[in-house]
Amino acid sequence: MATYQEFIQQNEDRDGVRFSWNLWPSSRLEATRLVVPVSCLFTPLKERPDLPPVQYEPVLCSRANCKAVLNPLCQVDFKAKIWACNFCFQRNPFPPSYAGISEVNQPAELMPQFSTIEYIVQRGPPTPLIFLYVVDTCLEEEDLQALKESLQMSLSLLPPNALVGLVTFGRMVQVHELSCEGIAKSYVFRGTKDLSSKQIQEMLGLTKPAAPGQQGRPVAPQDAAASCRFLQPVHRVDMNLTDLLGELQRDPWPVPQGKRPLRSTGVALSVAVGLLEGTFPNTGARVMLFIGGPPTQGPGMVVGDELKTPIRSWHDIQKDNARHLKKATKYYEALANRSAVNGHSIDIYACALDQTGLLEMKCLSNLTGGHIVMGDSFNTSLFKQTFQRVFSKDYNGDFRMAFGGVLEVKTSRELKVCGAIGPCVSLHSKGSSVSENEMGIGGTSQWKVCSLNPSTTLGIFFEVVNQHNAPVPQGGRGAIQFVTQYQHSNTQRRIRVTTIARNWADAQSQIQHIESSFDQEAAAVLMARLGVFRAESEEGPDVLRWLDRQLIRLCQKFGQFNKDDPASFKLSESLSLYPQFMFHLRRSPFLQVFNNSPDESSYYRHHFVRQDLTQSLIMIQPILYSYSFYGPPEPVLLDSSSILPDRILLMDTFFQLVIYHGETIAQWRKAGYQEMAEYENFKQLLQAPLDDAQEILQTRFPMPRYIDTEHGGSQARFLLSKVNPSQTHNNLYAWGQETGAPILTDDVSLQVFMDHLKKLAVSSSA
Amino acid sequence: MGRPFPWAASSRSLGGFQPSPGAAGPLGYPQQTGQFGGQMAGPQPGMPGAFPGAPASLAGPPQKKLDPDSIPSITQVIEDDQLKKGGQVFSTNIRGQVPPLVTTDFTVQDQGNASPRFIRCTTYSLPCTADLAKQCQVPLASIIKPFARLPKDETPLYVVNHGETGPIRCNRCKAYMCPYMQFIDGGRRYQCGFCNCVSEVPVFYFQHLDHMGRRVDFYERPELSLGSYEFAATLDYCKNNKPPNPPAYIFMIDVSYNNIKSGLVKLICDELKTLLEKLPREEGAESSAIKVGFVTYNKVLHFYNVKSALAQPQMMVVSDTAEMFVPLLDGFLVNYQDSRAVIYNLLDQIPDMFADTNESETVFAPVIQAGVEAFKAAECSGKLFIFHSSMPTAEAPGKLKNRDDKKLVNTEKEKTLFQPQKGVYEQLSKDCVAQGCCVDLFLFPSQYVDMATMADVPSHTGGSVYKYNNFQVETDGEHFLRDLRKDVQKSIGFDAIMRVRTSTGFRATDFFGAIHMNNTTDIEMAAVDCDKAVTVEFKHDDTLSEETGALMQCALLYTTISGQRRLRIHNLSLHCSSQLSELYMRCETDSLINFFAKSAYRAILNQPLKNVREILVNQTAHMLACYRKNCASPSAASQLILPDAMKVFPVYMNSLMKTAPLVGSTELSTDDRAHQRLSVMAMGVEDTQLLLYPRLIPLHTLDVNSEALPAPVRCSEERLADSGMFLLENGHSMFLWLGQASPPDLIQSIFNLPSLAHLQGHMPALPELDNPLSKKVRSVINGLLDKRPNSMKLQIVRQRDKPEMLFRQFLVEDKGLHGSASYMDFLCYVHREIRQLLT
Repeated sequence: MATYQEFIQQNEDRDGVRFSWNLWPSSRLEATRLVVPVSCLFTPLKERPDLPPVQYEPVLCSRANCKAVLNPLCQVDFKAKIWACNFCFQRNPFPPSYAGISEVNQPAELMPQFSTIEYIVQRGPPTPLIFLYVVDTCLEEEDLQALKESLQMSLSLLPPNALVGLVTFGRMVQVHELSCEGIAKSYVFRGTKDLSSKQIQEMLGLTKPAAPGQQGRPVAPQDAAASCRFLQPVHRVDMNLTDLLGELQRDPWPVPQGKRPLRSTGVALSVAVGLLEGTFPNTGARVMLFIGGPPTQGPGMVVGDELKTPIRSWHDIQKDNARHLKKATKYYEALANRSAVNGHSIDIYACALDQTGLLEMKCLSNLTGGHIVMGDSFNTSLFKQTFQRVFSKDYNGDFRMAFGGVLEVKTSRELKVCGAIGPCVSLHSKGSSVSENEMGIGGTSQWKVCSLNPSTTLGIFFEVVNQHNAPVPQGGRGAIQFVTQYQHSNTQRRIRVTTIARNWADAQSQIQHIESSFDQEAAAVLMARLGVFRAESEEGPDVLRWLDRQLIRLCQKFGQFNKDDPASFKLSESLSLYPQFMFHLRRSPFLQVFNNSPDESSYYRHHFVRQDLTQSLIMIQPILYSYSFYGPPEPVLLDSSSILPDRILLMDTFFQLVIYHGETIAQWRKAGYQEMAEYENFKQLLQAPLDDAQEILQTRFPMPRYIDTEHGGSQARFLLSKVNPSQTHNNLYAWGQETGAPILTDDVSLQVFMDHLKKLAVSSSA
Repeated sequence: MGRPFPWAASSRSLGGFQPSPGAAGPLGYPQQTGQFGGQMAGPQPGMPGAFPGAPASLAGPPQKKLDPDSIPSITQVIEDDQLKKGGQVFSTNIRGQVPPLVTTDFTVQDQGNASPRFIRCTTYSLPCTADLAKQCQVPLASIIKPFARLPKDETPLYVVNHGETGPIRCNRCKAYMCPYMQFIDGGRRYQCGFCNCVSEVPVFYFQHLDHMGRRVDFYERPELSLGSYEFAATLDYCKNNKPPNPPAYIFMIDVSYNNIKSGLVKLICDELKTLLEKLPREEGAESSAIKVGFVTYNKVLHFYNVKSALAQPQMMVVSDTAEMFVPLLDGFLVNYQDSRAVIYNLLDQIPDMFADTNESETVFAPVIQAGVEAFKAAECSGKLFIFHSSMPTAEAPGKLKNRDDKKLVNTEKEKTLFQPQKGVYEQLSKDCVAQGCCVDLFLFPSQYVDMATMADVPSHTGGSVYKYNNFQVETDGEHFLRDLRKDVQKSIGFDAIMRVRTSTGFRATDFFGAIHMNNTTDIEMAAVDCDKAVTVEFKHDDTLSEETGALMQCALLYTTISGQRRLRIHNLSLHCSSQLSELYMRCETDSLINFFAKSAYRAILNQPLKNVREILVNQTAHMLACYRKNCASPSAASQLILPDAMKVFPVYMNSLMKTAPLVGSTELSTDDRAHQRLSVMAMGVEDTQLLLYPRLIPLHTLDVNSEALPAPVRCSEERLADSGMFLLENGHSMFLWLGQASPPDLIQSIFNLPSLAHLQGHMPALPELDNPLSKKVRSVINGLLDKRPNSMKLQIVRQRDKPEMLFRQFLVEDKGLHGSASYMDFLCYVHREIRQLLT
């Protein structure tokens, strides 16, 4: 039998699923005792180049409240042409088109290798993709120019039939009409007035008044094109739009000394959402918001225009001193929900040196599956390439984006769904498989994910139904089916179905089996998601305490030790890394707000709750590579002891890519040895991390911040803040020895953390 | 001199007037007093229109027809004054000097008093006491036209700069330095002529006095020797202590269905291209500093960005009419010279862009609001040119509904037809004035538009209202364009505030004009142009001294077209007398009628027309009776004795009462009545004179070889000749009347038609024919069109054709179309009233 490692890998590759436990405890009580809930990370649109979609409708279970899709786990009676649903045990006849079915002639969805299968279905006329640019014009000239160029460039990346629209804003909000010849026409809205969707549509002339009541003259027939004057196919207006973008001016209203420019982000978004709502409800669309600063007026205002009042900090928030916070958050949440209902997603591209109000606006992207990108300036490769990557294409030449996704989770009767954590909103579909016990966004078995890409990953949490006195019988298997309906970027409607099953195990007798089925990586990410989800509503220390308690309980449950003897504590291989993940998670910006602005925290959390397992792990525990003359590049411990003078380090934290040159290397580099022919090998050594970094930069979305620093450099703080502070000024005994660099911090090191953990785990009083 | 003048006795046909000819004893009405007297006291019921009672009852008894030539004639008075004073220099060095008539050509030499072009008074001799004033009931008023056009041979106003401290002013009453300041104490101090306060002369301004007690630099300083001059204002006189920006003109074109269909939009756009080259500019400046902006609108507003850097203009639509705002700042108001290419492009495109519109609803108040906001944002003052078609019925602030109700005519509630609808527009006027936003409204209605309300803002912001009923490009296009050109090119001042200071004993109490009053003294005008006049009424608050006379100083603070802040000062000194005869001698009828027209037109907002007409007649009678009683030598009661300076007053008064606003007739359009009412409020003396007594020129007597025009004849049908051709104009309408028996060669040379019968349809202008008569007639017409502030549409009427009715209403000496009295009847009626008063 393959190892669990292989099994897990195979499952991830095939189905995009990683479970915390790959054997499931057979009763609710046992499940709770396992500390880490039965849960999984699910990547609905995991790229499967080897999986050609089938061009027919899925066969559904005929039971009204089941409707599970026919899958390899179903029992099939080929003679009677009947299949039994493995979720509700309903016996269903095959549809007439399956008449030719036999043991040797099986449809794909019955074959075990097609536990994940994708259907292309016909649902109404295809609707083109919609891209609505919402552009802040209160930018520095240079920034605006860069942004304009990026936007113009993006037009060439869009599919020709995609619809584009342009909203610009500053003190006012302008909706640009794209169809008109000659004069560039735009509709202008006051940036301070909160308008209802209906008012917006009326003002844009999208609704005809009830009774025209004009006598004596023929009423012109309603122009179909008029309804979308603001959203036009790229191929028809790209010249026009390129010019329009080219002529885009900075917001012309004067900004007095000591004031911020007046930025009507709130109204601009409301207009954009209202426009799409009125013209293309329930169609895949991206609102792409580009901002260079915080909203400073009107609804959704985050900070006033007086420069002397700074934007809120965590300190202000903790002291309940952020006067716009609640109102603005509420405003954007309402917008996000409206947008989500219609399947429109909202991206935020925020490029400014100071905060831009992501904290308040994050829900726009979080609830609608949009991207958030944060940078210092639009005139950086970070932004330019990230933005370009939004439009990246897959092996088929299709965009790596999908719209209007609806994810439904069906479970066999021993399981119930507690909730999901990811870029989704609840569809409030309460069925028999929905648990009362909510974890994440719960109370439903269906979620809307307005925009998806191949790496979009949701954490889904389950609960075992059976009571302790009536456990699931041994030998059975529990099954879960994920049904994802979405609009493919080529406008097809598709349904992807993933059906998985796991064995039940009795936690009393088979605890070792269960332990070895533990996927500590998945578990760490899932627990981290729960922690981050809590952190959004709870105080930071509470979340940390909760995480610590869970860790201690887990160690108590699975550790081998003698009571009150910390030295005897041991964890099996399948759990050995877990405490370390937790150690780094505690230090991560997802849970620590110290040194991060509220915007940064929101940004980090945003990405954390949507990336797949590998990326999430990098975020929790950054990867550190070491380059030296002593051998090939190697991964080294994320520890201060790895920082040596004759090494070059490459650290990938997902958000940052740090190349750190050790003291000696830095001196050599300064002396210019790499320029000399005889030191060709040094040149190559310097080049090696750059090449590796380049490779990461090629694929990562969003582009990480690229930092090239050296010993003593101010930017070295990025590295120093991440490594385990095994040597600090407090344990200075190694001064002068070549054993790494001391970190000036009071943070505890991993060693101290582990010692403490052991002590608590073995304590009989705990 | 009012003295009785025996019938046909003397060649001096001035003075009194005795209506009953011959010695055959009392004839006609004078003798009928007993019969009528009792009934005349009050209005008679059942009399249609006009003043109460008179004409119909007069028609009763047989009377010998009076010779119309025997009653005072305006044309005669005008001719006489022209003969006597025409072509002469009028020096303003004498206090209380009566200037020549407005119709007379004369040159003014400013020698210490403001030119009559700037200020005219109802009388140049004020009664010394309030009692006297009350007794004679002659209104004491000045009509001030601060920006009056000056002929080329008169020097424009000097600009005086008193440096950083600003103009020198009296410490107490704040009057500006003027010829009435008396320097004393060797020139170290001066005594204010208005309040008698003594102030120190600032060091830099000190100058020695000569042996006459006059400053040595008397002739070098306009503020010491002239009646009118300007001061450069300092920052203290500017809004927010910031120098003003040059003003801006915004053209706001209604592009709803009606205006597109009529071709108006295209006409305007085409015209603007050339017109904008001719924006008023400061003397000597290369180009105008005035910025221009463009807005089109129907239910929503379209703003245009015409920044010179753009290749194409940009349009910005604002649909939020409930809370209007300007969507852009930079690029909306531009210098025409810089952005010419973009503006051309825009003006070319506007007619096409809306060519297939079917939007017929419009907004109005938000349009003005947008203009105000634009000026606010640009921190400037300026003028809106609004070209509007219909009543604003779209859902927006200032939405109007049809409230035209002919049933109200001749009732107590008739006044409501003239009252603007309250609310939005009232506030808008205030906003406009506060920002210095003048509104000129060009209306092209095809039906009722609630003129009273729509013209409310223009009439409070120093704006003008033009109205073209059922506009058609072919017939009215040129007429409208002439108006537009005149209006755009007018010399004008913005964001103005005027104050009239008087010497002790009297003060300004009431003000009429296209103005806004926030308090009782400051006359605020968003703009004031060369044709706008303010009529100011004075009342006594103490006794005036014959010795010192009465002084007034009108100071107008304004922004020039290039954005300089200036103070324009007009000073006038009047005579004072305890003799009423002085007052009557120095009366000016033209000014009087201007005052009466304005006060009557204002009164109809609050009172039934009937009362207003009654008051007018009563006051006329009272003024004349008072003269008779106090100043005229005793004579027979039957004789009507008129003061010389007022002898044509009854003609004007009668004509005034025949004007549409004062005639209660359901046949008149409510909008037209409201329009006339409002336009008169801002008129100067010249305009009211012409309006109330049109020129009727017998063109058939035209001497092709002479420069001179034929003398106008009296406005009466009797003066028309069947074989004649007459031109009639009153500043607003122009008619070419052709007698039935017009000689064919005349028709041929003017119209290139064989006979009168061939003349058909509307003709917006006379054909350009190459013969002396045609040329001469056209040049006469063009000369008049040039001279008047407004354009006039030439209407050609044939004798006894239907349209002749329109023409007839301007023959003001005849019986009116709506039952109003003829001059003769009115005179008789007034005479009877006078006699009543005297007994």
